[in-house]
Amino acid sequence: MPYDFEPLGLTFKLAALTTIILFLIGVPLAYWLTLTRSKIKYVLETIVSMPLVLPPTVLGFYLLIAFSPRSALGNFLETSFDIRLAFTFTGILIGSIIFSLPFMVNPIKAGLENLPGSLAEAAYTLGKSKSQTLFKVLLPNIRSSILAAVVMTFAHTLGEFGVVLMIGGNIPHVTQVASIAIYSEVEAMNYRGAHFYSLVLIAVSFFILLAVHWINRKQIKVF
Amino acid sequence: MLKIFLKKQLKSPQGVLNLDISFDVKEGEFVTLFGKSGSGKTTILRMIAGLTCPDEGTIEVGGHVWFDSQKKINFAVQQRAIGFVFQDYNLFPHMSVQENLEFALVSRDDQRLIDELLSLAHLASLKNRNAQTLSGGEKQRVAIVRALIRRPKILLLDEPLAALDEELRFKLQDDMLALTKRLAVTTICVTHDLSEVFKLSERIFLLDGGRITKSGAPAQLFGNQSISGKFKFIGEILEIKKSDIVNILTIQIGRNLTKVVATDEEIKDLRVGEKVIVSAKAFNPIILKYAP
Repeated sequence: MPYDFEPLGLTFKLAALTTIILFLIGVPLAYWLTLTRSKIKYVLETIVSMPLVLPPTVLGFYLLIAFSPRSALGNFLETSFDIRLAFTFTGILIGSIIFSLPFMVNPIKAGLENLPGSLAEAAYTLGKSKSQTLFKVLLPNIRSSILAAVVMTFAHTLGEFGVVLMIGGNIPHVTQVASIAIYSEVEAMNYRGAHFYSLVLIAVSFFILLAVHWINRKQIKVF
Repeated sequence: MLKIFLKKQLKSPQGVLNLDISFDVKEGEFVTLFGKSGSGKTTILRMIAGLTCPDEGTIEVGGHVWFDSQKKINFAVQQRAIGFVFQDYNLFPHMSVQENLEFALVSRDDQRLIDELLSLAHLASLKNRNAQTLSGGEKQRVAIVRALIRRPKILLLDEPLAALDEELRFKLQDDMLALTKRLAVTTICVTHDLSEVFKLSERIFLLDGGRITKSGAPAQLFGNQSISGKFKFIGEILEIKKSDIVNILTIQIGRNLTKVVATDEEIKDLRVGEKVIVSAKAFNPIILKYAP
C-alpha cells in the first residue's frame, strides 16, 4: 500500500502558516507587553499563557461553538463574508494560532525584558522612534529568543491534536493532519501507516530541536 | 543658554529625597554636578534628556522650552537636541563602531563628521571593530562621539570615566576636551568623583540633600583663593595617624602617595576618604634631574 503524504503536507502547511502569522502578531504584542504600564497587561499575559495549561479540547470545543454557523460569529462570517470556519483549514489555522500564542509571545517577551532598558533609551536619545528602535536595536539583539520562539511554535503546531480534531474533525485532504491521521490509522488497525506518520514526526521534531540547541547553546529559554 | 528649574521626589531604600534644583549654563560651557551616589545626579540628567519626567519645573534651552509643567509642555526625548553618554556607554552590541555612529546620523552628509570625530578621538583604526570587543576606554570614546554626531545643543555625561582606571581617565580628559570644543557643545557632567573631570569643568555645582549648596570654578570651590601656592593638588585621604603631638595624613594624589603633617586643629573636620587640597606656599622647590 503506498503511503499517503497528504496529511504530512497539511501538517507542514499548517505549522508554517501558523508560525508566520504568529510571528507578525507576536512581535508587536510582546513589545507592547514589555512597554505598557496598563493594568490589563496582567490580564492579557494570563490569557496569552492560558493555552499552556488548558486542555486543547476545551479551547477546541469553544472555538467550534463560536465557529458554528448557528453561533452569532459563525453566522455573521458565513452570511457576510461567505467564510466558514468549522471543519475547514482556515478554522484549524485560527485554532492553532491561538493555541500556540504563548510559544511565540513568551520567549520574545522574555528576550526583550532581559535587554538592559538603557539600550532602548540610548536609541531614543539618538532621535530614534520606538519602532525604529524595535527593528534596528532590540530585535537584532534578541535573535536567539526569536529563533527559539519561531522553532517552538513550528514544532508545537506539528504535534497539535486536540484543537485540530475538535475544530476540523478528521476530513482527509482538508483537516486531516498527521497527528490525526495516526489516530485514525490506529483506529483502523493499520499500524504500518501509523508508524510511518509517527516516525516522520519524531524525526522532524528531533532534528528541529537539535538544531535549536546547537545554534542556541548559550541561551535557552525556559517557559 | 540653558535654564533649569526642576523638582522631583525620589523614593529610594534610604528614604525620600526631595530634589529641588535650579541652575543656568552658558553657551559652550562645561559644568559638573558633583554629589555623592544617591544624591539624584543621574535623575537630573535624565530629566533634562526627557527620559524621566520631573514633578514640576521648567527646562529652557537656547530660547526653546523643552519642559514646562504649568504650560504642560513636555518634549519627547527624540525631540530634544541632546547627546547622552550613559554610565555603561550602551553601545549597540550587534553593530560595529562605524555602524553605531551611522545609526546616530541625521543625514548622510554628516559622514565626514564621523571620520573627523573618529580621528579626533583616536578611533579611526577601530572603525570596523565590533562594539562588544572594545576596551572600556575605547567604548567610552565611541559613546561620546556617537552622542555628538547629531550635533546636540547639550551633551549630558553620566559619570563618563567612572569605569576606567586612573591613568586612562587622565588621558581621556584630553580627548573629551578636544571633542566637546570641536563642536562647541554645552556640556553637563555628573560625577561623584571630581578627579574624573576636574580638568574639564569650568564650573562645578555641589549637590547635597537634593539641593545645590555651592557653585563656582573648581579652584574657587575647593580651595581658599588666598593660597598663592605654587603647588596645589587635589588628593584623597587614605589614613590619619596620630603621632605624638602631630598627625600624619597619608594622601593619594593621582597615583602617588604622600605623607603630610597636620595639627589637631587642621584635621578637625577631615575624615578618611575625603578629598583635600594639598598645597604649599612660599618655599623654594629643589629640582633634580630625574634618573630612574
